Amino acid sequence: MEFKDYYQVLGVPRDATTDQIKKTFRQLARKYHPDVSKERDAAARMSEVNEAHAVLSDPERRAAYDAIGQGRQQGEPFTPPPDWDAGFEFSGRGFEGMDAGDFSDFFAELFGRMGAPRGGRAATGGGPRAGGPLRMRGEDHHAKIVLDLEDAWRGATRQLSLRSPQLDAEGRVTLQSRTLDVKIPPGVKPGQLIRLAGQGGAGHGGAPAGDLFLEVHFRAHPRFHVEAGNLVGELPVAPWEAALGAVVPVQLPDGSTLKVRVPAGAQGGRTLRVPGKGLPGKTPGDLELTVRVVLPSAFDPRARKHYEQMAAELRDFDARKVAQAQSERGE
Amino acid sequence: MRSTDALIEAAFDDAGLSLDELCRASAVNPQWLHERLEAGLLPRCEGELASWRFDAVTVRRVRRMRRIERDFDAVPELAALVADLFDEIDALRARLRRAGLE
Repeated sequence: MEFKDYYQVLGVPRDATTDQIKKTFRQLARKYHPDVSKERDAAARMSEVNEAHAVLSDPERRAAYDAIGQGRQQGEPFTPPPDWDAGFEFSGRGFEGMDAGDFSDFFAELFGRMGAPRGGRAATGGGPRAGGPLRMRGEDHHAKIVLDLEDAWRGATRQLSLRSPQLDAEGRVTLQSRTLDVKIPPGVKPGQLIRLAGQGGAGHGGAPAGDLFLEVHFRAHPRFHVEAGNLVGELPVAPWEAALGAVVPVQLPDGSTLKVRVPAGAQGGRTLRVPGKGLPGKTPGDLELTVRVVLPSAFDPRARKHYEQMAAELRDFDARKVAQAQSERGE
Repeated sequence: MRSTDALIEAAFDDAGLSLDELCRASAVNPQWLHERLEAGLLPRCEGELASWRFDAVTVRRVRRMRRIERDFDAVPELAALVADLFDEIDALRARLRRAGLE
């Protein structure tokens, strides 16, 4: 295990005041906020910052950390001496708001027994082991799962590797690595939460474990994306297919082919909806296809001949006027 | 430790979460949630409180508001405003993706 220099993580001097620490934490929390940060390692940096703040903003933890951190450097090998925390009195506050995976091994080793996780009873100097039997349901945890559209369509089994804090028999928090084989049902949507009952934090005193929530994200697909269960994409058509109408094949994410009727006179940008052919599920979504007229190359002499013929015979056709009229009609 | 074949219990959107489940999933206490529901900072449901069900969008909003309040000592109204702006950004990003621009 490596020593973590929390002062270096926050970029504050060792004699920083509580206000300085709070101010710096807020600046970093803004910089690495997962919803806005452009930094590649924002989530990892935010976890580090949260952890450093959890220690340095709490006078009891900071005092204990300072005592053990004298003369140590970031990254140097570190093993806490036995009973290193003797002589410090901890209020048993938990790690409010820190999600699964927010802890480092270093944090868990040093501060894991200073208090039960949030919601637990305060336990001075020793976590739950200091008191009598305590029944408390485990915490719910959150993680992200990234799927291909094809997986969501057909259903799939995905292996998830998770690190989460668990309380051992001594009341210490340790980081446990777990691998779960998760069956994803067909029809899962982006943004949806999937609940894995009993796969969150362990319960205490025989109480049940919490749940694990997986937030579903989709990898970008070259042809489709999903909006509220609807499968949305483009339908490239030849000019004569749009003008005269046609039945054209569309390959769906599961590899099957659906024949879609393009009505005569379809303009580029028009949306065709095929009910029930979106993502499968109890209530299947729709397939939404936006017509895109693809012109044959004007450098092909055969096509050029037709363009020249149309230019000669359709002199009264003004594309700008027609487009404006369509726009005014809301087409 | 390895747990194999963990079957998914239910597609969450179908049933939604109760108030207690929402509190646990978002790591907030019931009073925190009640105050923000009363203040109109979170979407309310029809009918008796016990029968309310909350969707994935609400879980995400509650977690965002909790994080903003905690990290910046923000008042709930400010956290809700920021959450509104994030919702707007999410919607705009979805439009960009749809237009093939992101």
